[in-house]
Amino acid sequence: MDLLQTLKIALRALRTNKMRSFLTMLGIIIGIAAVIAMMAVGAGASHVIAQQIASIGSNIILVVPGSTTSGGLRMGSGGAQTLTSDDVRAIMNECPSVALASGTTRTTSQVVYGNMNWSTLIVGATPELFGIREWQVATGRSISQQDQDGAAKVCLLGQTVADNLFGADDPIGKMVRIKKVPFTVIGILESKGQSPQGTDQDDAVFVPLRTAQIKLSRSSFPNTVGAVIVQAKSEGLLDKAEEEINSLLNQRHRITNSKEPDFSTRNLSEILAVAEQSSKAMSLLLGAVASISLIVGGIGIMNIMLVSVTERTREIGIRMAIGARKNDILLQFMTEAVLLTMIGGVIGILLGAGGAVIVSRILDWPTLISVQSVTVAFFFSAAVGIFFGFYPARKAAGLNPIDALRYE
Amino acid sequence: MGNVIALNDIRRVFTMGDQQFEALKGVSFCVGQGEFVAIMGASGSGKSTCMNILGCLDRPTSGEYQLDGVDVGGLDPNQLAAIRNRKLGFVFQGFNLLARTPAVENVELPLVYSGIHAKERRKRALAALEQVGLAGKEGNHTSQLSGGQQQRVAIARALLNNPALILADEPTGNLDSTTSEEIMNLFTSLNQQGITIIMVTHETDVAAFAGRRITFKDGRIISDSQTGQTGLTRQTA
Repeated sequence: MDLLQTLKIALRALRTNKMRSFLTMLGIIIGIAAVIAMMAVGAGASHVIAQQIASIGSNIILVVPGSTTSGGLRMGSGGAQTLTSDDVRAIMNECPSVALASGTTRTTSQVVYGNMNWSTLIVGATPELFGIREWQVATGRSISQQDQDGAAKVCLLGQTVADNLFGADDPIGKMVRIKKVPFTVIGILESKGQSPQGTDQDDAVFVPLRTAQIKLSRSSFPNTVGAVIVQAKSEGLLDKAEEEINSLLNQRHRITNSKEPDFSTRNLSEILAVAEQSSKAMSLLLGAVASISLIVGGIGIMNIMLVSVTERTREIGIRMAIGARKNDILLQFMTEAVLLTMIGGVIGILLGAGGAVIVSRILDWPTLISVQSVTVAFFFSAAVGIFFGFYPARKAAGLNPIDALRYE
Repeated sequence: MGNVIALNDIRRVFTMGDQQFEALKGVSFCVGQGEFVAIMGASGSGKSTCMNILGCLDRPTSGEYQLDGVDVGGLDPNQLAAIRNRKLGFVFQGFNLLARTPAVENVELPLVYSGIHAKERRKRALAALEQVGLAGKEGNHTSQLSGGQQQRVAIARALLNNPALILADEPTGNLDSTTSEEIMNLFTSLNQQGITIIMVTHETDVAAFAGRRITFKDGRIISDSQTGQTGLTRQTA
């Protein structure tokens, strides 16, 4: 028996009981729609996290000073001022797995322009930072090595700061005051959006590290840096770079086994990979919940197919008497079941995709419908049909033609 | 001419629990090409069991059955299905047509299972419908046809694969006497065209159309007589 004829017979059987066919499909429709919608929401979340990871730069290791103990009072991580610009230079020059390193300082201060002012984060950074974070200027120019070496009083504004201080004006070349020191605005950084922690990365002003150390810090050790941001040469070299930094700084700071290190390293990509993993696990979990409804739908299909086999016992007998083999009958009922689930699957995919679009419109939640999830959903619905259609179909094929013909 | 059917000492034993029931107790007969045979007998006489075995729907417990030169005894269910498809045509008491299906699609059903191309199927189905006097009714659904017309559709279906043998099980059982006669006349004319027919019936006037009458009782043949009704069978039997 050819496939086209089998399909025709199956379609006719489904059309005969339109309402029943639809209700049978409903379980699959809801299941597939749920799977598609859940996967779209989950993929949207993963996409956002991936974007955030890209925004902090790739293959990054953060080196922060350790804690100090002063009179029994431990100051917590970053409390000590033990990292210096010399350490940064040593990391760049002596660690073969390190591509770039930049010392940074952070302080919060009021920035004043004319009669406007805005409290923001003032970051002192060497020019390497913008390479590590892959952060370009939108207008103007970035901080140069000359600015750094000469401790020039220039600054780069984040998009948020520029908007709040200057509004529609062009900030380039204008003077702003930070801690009463006048700075010339040389550029505006392109917008980075939210960090993975949810803070606005554009709400910051960048000045050359040396300028920050000399002009803005009241520290008695102007050479210290708040943190070192290091970029490894590749993802595979991240662990090696971390090791190299640790042993280099241990040596430079004369840390022995008995002494607690006065710095610590953190692999940022690792933290974010964990975040991404958990979002993936979340969408997997949602998918698993949705698959349960698919199984329930499949049982519904099996139930109706069993009823259908009983109802059509006589038809099966006729077909067998006329020369249908067991496999012909098996194929016919399997086709019917798979057709049911595949039509249900397609409707479910459309509904799920539509639902995902509506969710992203109304709740402003990013959703992503991947070709992969649609393909998986489609073949999964077919698989449900094959799995749950097999038992009824085998029952039909196993009928004795004499009994089937006499069935009333 | 050779025998279409040769039964030799066919026995069929049904086992229910520890009870055994022998429905056929050694049946032997031959049917030649072009014969029109009526099988008669009271219910429980074994005629239906014999019919099922003849129709390759059931297999004998012991004995030998040759259909059109093929020893059917050793065939597996799929081979039996193919035999039913190619060599046999069935006509049932209850017509056994597919409901909600046009007449022509009912007729072409055997060809669907023998893998004949759709166009060829349709052509041969229409020809068969014309042969049974139902030209123009091919689009009608089963429910739109009268009993006699439905039985004609069933006969057209039985004819379609040019079978060696048509098996009719009480073909007039559900029909009134006028329609019964029409159907029997159709069988007679088909027989005169050379088609071998075996028909189970318990009505004597229906059996009278056949050229040979085999009577069953308690799983045995008690009489096998030529009635000499049809011209063709007399020459060939």
